[in-house]
Amino acid sequence: MSDLPADDVAVKAVGVAKTFRLPTEQVSTLKERVLHPARRQRFDVLRALRDVSFEVGRGEVFGIVGRNGSGKSTLMKCLAGIYKADVGEMWLRGRMAPFIELGVGFNPDLTAHDNVLINAVMLGLTPDEARARYGAIMDFAELHEFAELKLKNYSSGMQVRLAFSVMVHVDADLLLIDEVLAVGDAAFQQKCYDVLDRARNEGRTILLVTHDMGQVQRFCDRALLLDRGRVVAIDESRRVARAYTHLNFASASERESFVRAADRDPDEQHVVVVDGWAQTRADGRTARLEPGAESAMAMRVRFTRAAVEPAFAFTITDEQQRRVLSMSTDRQGFATGEHDAGDEIDITAGFVNHLAAGRYWLSVQVTEAAGGALLAFREDISSFVVGGAGAGGGVVDLPHGFELTPAPSMQPVTDEP
Amino acid sequence: MSPEAYRVRGPSAVGGDVRRFWNLARTLAATDWKVRFYGSALGYVWSLLRPLMLFGIIYFVFSYVLDAGAGVAHYGVLLLLAIILYFFFSEVTGSGVTSMVDRESLLRKVGFPRAVVPLSVALVAAMNLALNLVVLAIFVVASGVQPRWTWLLLPIPIALMLVFATGVAMLLSALYVRYRDVRPIWDVVLQALFYATPILYPIEIVLARYETLAKIQLLNPLAAIIQESRHLLTGAPSPAAVLDSTALLAVPLGILVGVTWLGFRVFDRMAPRAAEEL
Repeated sequence: MSDLPADDVAVKAVGVAKTFRLPTEQVSTLKERVLHPARRQRFDVLRALRDVSFEVGRGEVFGIVGRNGSGKSTLMKCLAGIYKADVGEMWLRGRMAPFIELGVGFNPDLTAHDNVLINAVMLGLTPDEARARYGAIMDFAELHEFAELKLKNYSSGMQVRLAFSVMVHVDADLLLIDEVLAVGDAAFQQKCYDVLDRARNEGRTILLVTHDMGQVQRFCDRALLLDRGRVVAIDESRRVARAYTHLNFASASERESFVRAADRDPDEQHVVVVDGWAQTRADGRTARLEPGAESAMAMRVRFTRAAVEPAFAFTITDEQQRRVLSMSTDRQGFATGEHDAGDEIDITAGFVNHLAAGRYWLSVQVTEAAGGALLAFREDISSFVVGGAGAGGGVVDLPHGFELTPAPSMQPVTDEP
Repeated sequence: MSPEAYRVRGPSAVGGDVRRFWNLARTLAATDWKVRFYGSALGYVWSLLRPLMLFGIIYFVFSYVLDAGAGVAHYGVLLLLAIILYFFFSEVTGSGVTSMVDRESLLRKVGFPRAVVPLSVALVAAMNLALNLVVLAIFVVASGVQPRWTWLLLPIPIALMLVFATGVAMLLSALYVRYRDVRPIWDVVLQALFYATPILYPIEIVLARYETLAKIQLLNPLAAIIQESRHLLTGAPSPAAVLDSTALLAVPLGILVGVTWLGFRVFDRMAPRAAEEL
């Protein structure tokens, strides 16, 4: 038996496991039971969750990610009290509302008005509360004029809007959201994002099941990665997103070398990356770069063995994990010199900052001479923000100017002398 | 101030929050009720008009054409009362059987006390029963039954019927999740119960010819409840009188309590796994 969760913990799971028994032989009629009383039903045992433990702080947005069949929806359903966990304990704090599906209890033969009330009650409101919030729900959905229309006459988009609006107005302390945000068009998605942001700002705790890594990085403070029912990682969402990408797409050998470089014992390394950061000429070390500022990426490395002309590289990636800028001493033919064991040096790569507004991550690596073996690699060693009003969706914000001139055909014709 | 932490124990039959249980059962029942008359011009009027016309036909055919009453006083009214109570039982248990499977989408998407589902079925049937009793009152007045103080006791057998029907519905709905044969079996059982129970015929006819058979019949809780209601309405022979013993009433009552308890137990055991077994 574990103790009650601490005050600032909204969700706590300890050693949760869930097994489904899937009958391999369909013996579900009484006749077969009677005719073959001795035959035991045979089952495939599916271990959907194994020893899952985690805590989510109050006000945290927590992602649950994993491939199809990894157990994320099962975990959500256990938390929502739909499935009963076989072993383990789960604790919640505050009123919980489950959004396993939009529009639970919707009946196509009833009006939007009736459906809103049913759905809201299913999600935990009392009928009185549901009636009191009905106006606000229809306002938010912008469907007032269709309130008395039967739901089956609604377009699917309108139904989603209605269901989502109910969900927004249930205002629980703890939201369990299972991929419901994957539906709808771009405008709807944007609305979802706004609502999520607002819920976060109001201090609600949100558990978000998704396999959209963009969503995880955009919203979640932390995330949990499940693989075949086990917890693979619980970490800052960006790291989890990367782990997920590796799990999914990396070839076995790639995964191997990635793990080796990251996990190598520091004593065996020739070079240790001590630190990495962004800086500007004006402010020195900083986590914020202004557009157009003279900026630089920097790393500090310590040599544990002598090295000749090692190559240093900086890579900047954006929130979508796109590589936006890569700078290496090797490509520029920059001479890095000879270093003895025990030397510690700073290397900086200066540039004028033309990155678009947003958040970026710095990764650094050191290799033996040009094209040599990898000596040290630190992914996402630090992050920084580029300020400014944004570049209208571009990756870079290059200096540009405008000019307006009449087209040549519009030039005054001067054929008369 | 942080809200209290609580443990997630998974779905149960009834759960801790009585108010939420009631709100859900009420909402589901109201929805079913609305859908039932969806699209008809007269809407709810039908819920009164239909039994009125139906009972008129039954009353006319059995009292005058077939003359099945064999001289029993107010036979037509007694027939209607029995039919109404049997309808109720058959509605609760008949739609109760498939209720959990019918509500699959709900059960798999929201955690709520599972017994809400069969209970909401019973609530809808109870609304129907109430309206049918209103219509019955019209026939009672029209056929000139003398008012009796025993009418005040009528809610007792009706309440017993509610409990019994709900208990059976819980048992059947829980079994049906695993064994789909329950439905055809129950259809047959319902038909058998209809003829085994003194509904179309007065118990006096059986009593006059085969006394033992009449006694055995009244050991069935359904028959005992219906006969007791008839007794309270017009002074027809009470089950105790037919059985010739008040102590023997313990048998139908015991079956009623036993089946209801069994229904609850079976449902309670199935409830935590309902969502995954559907």
